[in-house]
Amino acid sequence: MSTDRSHHHILSVLVQNRAGVLARVATLFARRAYNIFSLAVAPTEDENFSRITIVVDIEMTSLEQITKQLFKLIDVIKITELDPLTSVERELLLATVRAEPDQRRQVVELTQIFEGKILAVGNNALTVSLEGNPNKLDDFEDLIRAHGIVELQRTGRVALPKLEREGGRAVRPLRGKVS
Amino acid sequence: MKITGAQALIKSLEMENVEVIFGLPGGCILPAYDPLLDSTIRHILVRHEQGAGHMAEGYAHVTGRPGVAMVTSGPAATNMVTPLCDAYLDSIPMVVITGQVATFAIGTDAFQECDTLGITRSVTKHNELIMTADDVPMAVRQAFHIATTGRPGPVLLDVPKDVLTNSMEWYWPTDQEVRDSLPGYRPNVKGHPRMIREAAKLIMTSERPVLYVGGGILKARAAAALKELAELTDIHVVTTLMARGAFPDSHPLCLGMPGMHGNATATTALQRSDLLITLGARFDDRITGKVSTFAPEAKVIHVDIDPAEQGKVRKPDIPIVGDCKQVIEEITKEIRALMAAGELQADISAWKSRISGWREQFPYTYEPSLPGDALKPQFCLEMLRDNAPEDTILVSGVGQHQMWSSQYWRFDKPYTWVNSGGLGTMGFSVPAAIGAKVGRPEATVWAIDGDGCFQMTAQELVTAALERIPVKIAILNNSYLGMVRQWQEMFYEERYSEVYLSPEVPDFVKWAEAMGCIGIRVDSPEEVLPAIEKANSIDDRPVIIDFRVDAREKVFPMVPAGAANDDLLLPESQMANKRFLQ
Repeated sequence: MSTDRSHHHILSVLVQNRAGVLARVATLFARRAYNIFSLAVAPTEDENFSRITIVVDIEMTSLEQITKQLFKLIDVIKITELDPLTSVERELLLATVRAEPDQRRQVVELTQIFEGKILAVGNNALTVSLEGNPNKLDDFEDLIRAHGIVELQRTGRVALPKLEREGGRAVRPLRGKVS
Repeated sequence: MKITGAQALIKSLEMENVEVIFGLPGGCILPAYDPLLDSTIRHILVRHEQGAGHMAEGYAHVTGRPGVAMVTSGPAATNMVTPLCDAYLDSIPMVVITGQVATFAIGTDAFQECDTLGITRSVTKHNELIMTADDVPMAVRQAFHIATTGRPGPVLLDVPKDVLTNSMEWYWPTDQEVRDSLPGYRPNVKGHPRMIREAAKLIMTSERPVLYVGGGILKARAAAALKELAELTDIHVVTTLMARGAFPDSHPLCLGMPGMHGNATATTALQRSDLLITLGARFDDRITGKVSTFAPEAKVIHVDIDPAEQGKVRKPDIPIVGDCKQVIEEITKEIRALMAAGELQADISAWKSRISGWREQFPYTYEPSLPGDALKPQFCLEMLRDNAPEDTILVSGVGQHQMWSSQYWRFDKPYTWVNSGGLGTMGFSVPAAIGAKVGRPEATVWAIDGDGCFQMTAQELVTAALERIPVKIAILNNSYLGMVRQWQEMFYEERYSEVYLSPEVPDFVKWAEAMGCIGIRVDSPEEVLPAIEKANSIDDRPVIIDFRVDAREKVFPMVPAGAANDDLLLPESQMANKRFLQ
């Protein structure tokens, strides 16, 4: 799987909030040999539905196949491809970074520059959190790597379309089965 | 009215007009078998759950109605995986009910527990675990709705034992309630009007058009609509393996089966075409050969009810998502309107004469056996065909005999051909023939089988004998796994690896008799006709003819796997003329 973002597409998939739905989606991706880069799932404002935000790592042609195959799942209600330019994306990163007492200052500073938070302080490590645009998280990850990452966990992206403004098109709905 | 979940299940099946269930009881499904005793539904007790699944498929193939199978949990459910996958790949409407351990035992590795939902997820159109007795009627209605609408397919309902024994207040959901319960399921049946207009125009202006029709024609019950379109435009029709019978073989416009073992004319017509009018077909690799070289000059109109088929293999110029019957009728109407407005169809006469030339030069052919030599399988098929009662349904297993069946039979009516096309399931024919005969008891059902296939599911003839389902089985017995042998001969330098079965064991006649059937062995050409006549005259039990055929016989034409359709191999007698396939 590549971390090259040029093949990344964000699919926001509205599904019925029922047991096994995530397994159906995951099985489909495995069965058809599609790559999931990241995946986040939680119920929506209406508890009957969940939204799965999937970042797929794929060429455009296969994207069409993926969405069509996803539509065939009975529990999938609507799929929207979110263009990074016209959507807001957020991701959360937690990292425990090596920080010997003489290094601690630099890690704290870096975290503050990125508007992250210090969650826990140990003798020779810090646990920090950072929320934001995935690119920002990438940059932060690169910078703290020099200090030594003990553990790192990212949530995967969640995204929503930007609010529509005069003259701008925010979302590209692929085909909703219900309006 | 309070009833048990089991009673609700059987009552729901009755409400869905189920007339027959193929099944085998066991621990977890036991409660459902009690109310079955009081039901109008016929139950056919199989000897292996796989048999129940293929019977349900055979039934669905010939009736167009969903086949129903019911088995218990664990090993019964896993035995059902092959038929489910078979039905999924061939878009057969089927509802399978499996027992499951009680809800409180799920996940504990209880006796005969398995993750049926997980195991069958990728081989079903949909599957569902019913968690309370109250949900039974809705789940059954949803299952039948999903199985039979849109692109048909198998649906599995997994029913825990306590759901069957708990009580519920009976109700029957309305159509609207079923629809509302499935907000993510809205199959599109009506084609896009603009695309339909464009398709009509393109058909009118193409000089080398071919109607490339697949199994979707049969699923949509569109045979009559297809005939009207073909006759109106005078365009030739190729019928894929799944579409045999959708257009009469006796029709002058019918070219028959294209592809890996299709006839040279049908395959070449696709190759040289400038327009493939693709109706309910899916550009399977057995049709296209090497995709990048398939029909290089053709534009493509692709009509399919499944949007995911559009562009999956070949990018269409005009994609139309919709029900084949409706869309074909709309296209025909549009063409009639264009004609009425004075528009002339492009001149296709040169194309038609090219096709006629190929047909004359490249019919299916085989060398008849010399006196004293082994029987030719094709000869047996011709004799079976020529002596088959009207409306005979032909069922086949998978392998050489399947290809010869498709090549040498004459299908003149839809729903008279039952086979395993997509999955290629050896052992399909015996149980599928039984299911077909149950669905169409007035029709003669002949199964053409290989000796390899037969040995996979023959035990279901016990079921057929005891249930008085008089199917007829013709085994083209060459003591080999014939198709594999053919590949080893042609592509592995005649190094035969694990393909030789045995000419002695089993004794198929004795085996037939042991199962309550009539067994006939045929070794020489002059025994063929009397054996077939005898078999056709028996109508109170299954008959098996063991035709001892020439193992050296190969299926031709053949497009080797991965090769281009242009590189098809013809029978030796035609190979010298191959240059005329231009």
